[in-house]
Amino acid sequence: MSNAPLMKSEKDVSGGLDVARVRADFPILQRSVHDRPLVYLDNAASSQMPRQVIDRLVYYQTHEHANVHRGVHTLSQLASTAFEDARRTAQRFLGAREEREIVFVRGATEAINLVMNSYGRAFIKEGDEIILSAMEHHANIVPWQMLCQEKGARLRVIPMDDAGELLLDEYEKLFNARTRFVALSHVSNALGTVNPVREMVATAHAHGVPVLLDGAQAAPHIPVDVQALDCDFYVFSGHKLCGPTGAGVLYGKADLLERMPPWQGGGDMILNVTFERTTYNELPYKFEAGTPAIAPVIGLGAAIDYLTGIGLERIAAHEHALLAYATEAVRDIEGLRIIGTARHKAAVLSFTLGDIHPHDIGTILDQQGIAVRAGHHCAQPVMQRFGVPATARASFAFYNTFEEIDALVKGIHEVRKVFA
Amino acid sequence: MVDPRALYQEVILDHNKKPRNYGVLEDANRKAEGHNPVCGDHITVYLHVEGGQVQGVSFEGHSCAICKASASMMTTQVKGKSVAEAETLVQEFRDMITGKLDIGNQPHHLGRLTVFSGVRELPSRVKCAVLPWHTLHAAFAAQESVSTEKEF
Repeated sequence: MSNAPLMKSEKDVSGGLDVARVRADFPILQRSVHDRPLVYLDNAASSQMPRQVIDRLVYYQTHEHANVHRGVHTLSQLASTAFEDARRTAQRFLGAREEREIVFVRGATEAINLVMNSYGRAFIKEGDEIILSAMEHHANIVPWQMLCQEKGARLRVIPMDDAGELLLDEYEKLFNARTRFVALSHVSNALGTVNPVREMVATAHAHGVPVLLDGAQAAPHIPVDVQALDCDFYVFSGHKLCGPTGAGVLYGKADLLERMPPWQGGGDMILNVTFERTTYNELPYKFEAGTPAIAPVIGLGAAIDYLTGIGLERIAAHEHALLAYATEAVRDIEGLRIIGTARHKAAVLSFTLGDIHPHDIGTILDQQGIAVRAGHHCAQPVMQRFGVPATARASFAFYNTFEEIDALVKGIHEVRKVFA
Repeated sequence: MVDPRALYQEVILDHNKKPRNYGVLEDANRKAEGHNPVCGDHITVYLHVEGGQVQGVSFEGHSCAICKASASMMTTQVKGKSVAEAETLVQEFRDMITGKLDIGNQPHHLGRLTVFSGVRELPSRVKCAVLPWHTLHAAFAAQESVSTEKEF
């Protein structure tokens, strides 16, 4: 955050990204809210969709829709091809070794539940321990808690410091002969912290323990290479990276996925069924029972193409510049406290403002056309750690501008004025 | 832009800043806790009910301005009223906030509480305004805890 304040002339094109041109791709960014231009700063909850993805969805429904993997007819083949193309797109996006390591799910939550139900139920037993971090989203806490209750296993939690950085020494001390699994967010949704997951995966592997990385907040914002990270599972949601809701990805190392039992039974996940026994399909179909979310998956593929067309490096650079600018801009606002000040952060600005409740902040900003999230961000343990009931959170995407941050700052001053 | 003061009127801001009847009620014989898990609003309403009359009422907790002002104004309105009259207010307040009661054209007893009528335009904040009233209702019925999550 050592950047000097940016000059106006530097604002328009940052990190080699032509933001005005990018914004033109997003129809929703042209609309107004309460007679003010929409300033959409709730990207960590869900991002907006560019015309290219909307058009792909419309084309699919207009010209290609049928069920996948079933029919011999033309439409079924077109749909199946588009669906499997999306799988290869996701494979390249994550740097996965093989196509069959990509399982389509509803989103990150379902991906974690799949791993819990399949891997967890098969391999985690009474007295075993699962390591999580103190900054997990509820989606990466509750499923493991359910497993612990069922099996008599135990959760161990990696603590963090006041900046929102995990204490790596404490992490190492948590490992013992009973440790069976590590589930960890790549980027924290409530704090923005980018965790040193590569080192943390290596630590776990040194103890022979597999690692699941929750990439819901990372995949849309920084380049991800699952082979370089060497994680065993990686999960993300499509709707946070400009795709539709209803489609997400579970990446798993093939040898692990092979050893895991299916978690849902039905069509598509079988090779042969009699009333005596069923032979399960091969990867990844073993984990994709029933008709999948075909259009959302194809839309997810188009969204990944769109993002990689811009380049994740450029996206990360622009978002970093936005965060630096915003952090500097709110520094002098009286009573404003930033929650999450890690050295490596994604473009998330979580804050409190004196004793003004975040919901009141959110409502007054909304009345000025500014969309932020207010609440506990599905991370109540994080709120407890920082001693706040909730925060207001502005989260930036590559299509946000420095002018929008100026509007946010002005909006926060307006909140202060109302409560003066 | 909507003028934030349309919702955050002076009287609401005043009750938020200086909540009336705030704190534990020493001679309370009923109490209930109200919790809105989505935003973390959490309040406790204390009641001293005798002979069908609200002799004393207070509240405490952590909440947003809308919830706190609603609770504060609620206590000033129900104090000294009969339980039946207070329950009528609970119903009317709920109906106003959810748009079932047209305060301009239908009879009611809400008085100054109509400053909250603007909340009905903000579905995400309805629960904040109603929580104290649900909690009061629960305290009358001496239920242990109430959550606005399932009420709408």
